[in-house]
Amino acid sequence: MNAALRRALLALPTLFGVATLVFFFIHLIPGDPVDVMLGEAASAADRVRLRAALGLDRPLLEQYVGFLVHAAHGDLGRSLRDGTPVSALIRGRLPATLLLAAAAGSMALAVAIPLGAISARHRGRWLDSAATGFALLGASLPNFLLGPLLVLPFSVWLGWLPVSGADSAASLVLPAVTLGLGMSAILTRLVRAAVLDALSADYIRTARAKGLSEPAVFLRHALRSALLPVATILGLQLGSLFGGAIITETIFAWPGVGRLTLQAIDSRDYPLVQGCVLVIACGYVAANLLTDLAYQRLDPRVRFGRREAR
Amino acid sequence: MTASARLGAVLVGSFLAVALAAPLLAPFDPAQPSLSENLSPPSLAHPFGQDRLGRDILSRIVYGSRASLLVGISTVAVSLTLGTALGLFSGLAGGWIDEAMMRVIDVLLAFPGILLAIAISAVLGPSLANVVIALSVIGWTGYARLVRAETLSLRERAHVESAIALGAGPSRVVFYHVLPLLAGPLAVQATFGVAGAIVAEASLSFLGLGTQPPAPSWGAMLNEGRRFLLVAPHVALFPGLAVFATVLGINFLGDGLRDWLDVRMPVTGYGLPAIKKTSNE
Repeated sequence: MNAALRRALLALPTLFGVATLVFFFIHLIPGDPVDVMLGEAASAADRVRLRAALGLDRPLLEQYVGFLVHAAHGDLGRSLRDGTPVSALIRGRLPATLLLAAAAGSMALAVAIPLGAISARHRGRWLDSAATGFALLGASLPNFLLGPLLVLPFSVWLGWLPVSGADSAASLVLPAVTLGLGMSAILTRLVRAAVLDALSADYIRTARAKGLSEPAVFLRHALRSALLPVATILGLQLGSLFGGAIITETIFAWPGVGRLTLQAIDSRDYPLVQGCVLVIACGYVAANLLTDLAYQRLDPRVRFGRREAR
Repeated sequence: MTASARLGAVLVGSFLAVALAAPLLAPFDPAQPSLSENLSPPSLAHPFGQDRLGRDILSRIVYGSRASLLVGISTVAVSLTLGTALGLFSGLAGGWIDEAMMRVIDVLLAFPGILLAIAISAVLGPSLANVVIALSVIGWTGYARLVRAETLSLRERAHVESAIALGAGPSRVVFYHVLPLLAGPLAVQATFGVAGAIVAEASLSFLGLGTQPPAPSWGAMLNEGRRFLLVAPHVALFPGLAVFATVLGINFLGDGLRDWLDVRMPVTGYGLPAIKKTSNE
């Protein structure tokens, strides 16, 4: 069987586990969804009718099977607030989250690859210290602190960028930097370590012995092979971008899935919480899957069977 | 010890001292309002200023360190104990038990850490104890993976095989021949774990799902201060700097510890992933 297809099939049990966990989690939330929809003053008859209409009177196992079947068809139920299909609500917000994650990821890579490479190239000198210092500071600055710290100079004092919202391209800058800085710090450390590892490898000595110029050795051999481990971590970090987006979207009122999740939790809109968590987790699994596939493409030595053998 | 590790030790030591001696160090009652002085800027009497209810921000930061310390230490203690036990069991048992454990971990790691913590906190209700539970549900997986991987490698080592050949029972093998060799990597991971848990607690409190008012928490203070960023930036700034200094200190210390113990670490858990040390550093 094609290795990529086999790897994709291996993600299915994880997705099944994720869906199962999400379903039972949501059913543990204290409080009755019917109360949320009708209010506590509703009559008993109305409650029974609505309970039957929502399928909440059925045994839990039956509801679970129904949830799995519907979810597999893209039907995530309806919002308790206004009856809108959950999948439509998420579809409306997903592009904003993907745009934010893509912008943050691109910014992180654009900063981390040159900075990590320069740091390794000038190991032990002030440029290395500066890059390493940036990496540690960036990794220690949580989103919820960095966001307001950026808003203050760039939005409030200088007025260059909007404080919140998603009305223009400029609105994307601060959320993307807030979300991407931590990732760029982590990737900078990783690129530096990987380039240093590569520079001490035998094939670099061979390349130098062949008479290749130092920039060619560095760019074509050391940096290129160092980007392989970066690809792996990038996949993991892309997944955590979806998690970090929850806080960043809240700070900047960015209309994405993360903010929708928190709004759903606040209003106890269980099907919407369920759908959002499921979609974010699936995005995480997909990011990891794509990373594995990209890894295979980038490094033909990688064989799935060997990698997964424990 | 490097300069950054020394700075980390000083920052972490200060954090611990402030948290433990909070009643002695806080100049005011952290819950005492003074509405006539709300949002007052820093002054000699109130070096970090006052919040929207006129409470002393310095005193609230001093007391807020206790929530961070409690969550950081408790989460790591629970996650470390659970993760080590399950990782050892999985690595030593092998077969379907190991496979099942890895699949459970795969499913838990399929959620971004903070998302699962938010979902669990929403289910359990907002409180400090529930934050520890929520973070531990995810936190143990990092330790379990590390311990399992190390156990799989250690059980093939000559000293472990010799001990088994000499008739050592499973508990003797674990406590005398495997666990002592895991202490270094676990200590490094636990150090980064404390930083991750402190950030996660502050994030949950920032979202209203952690420590509940009027109890002081750095994340909740930052969230409240965000609303007054235009008129009173100090309300958000000082709690934010407290989180930053603490996390930076722990990361410096963790880096130093990793270099000192010469530990190679995978990327694990929530918070700052520990990046592997290169062979030529």
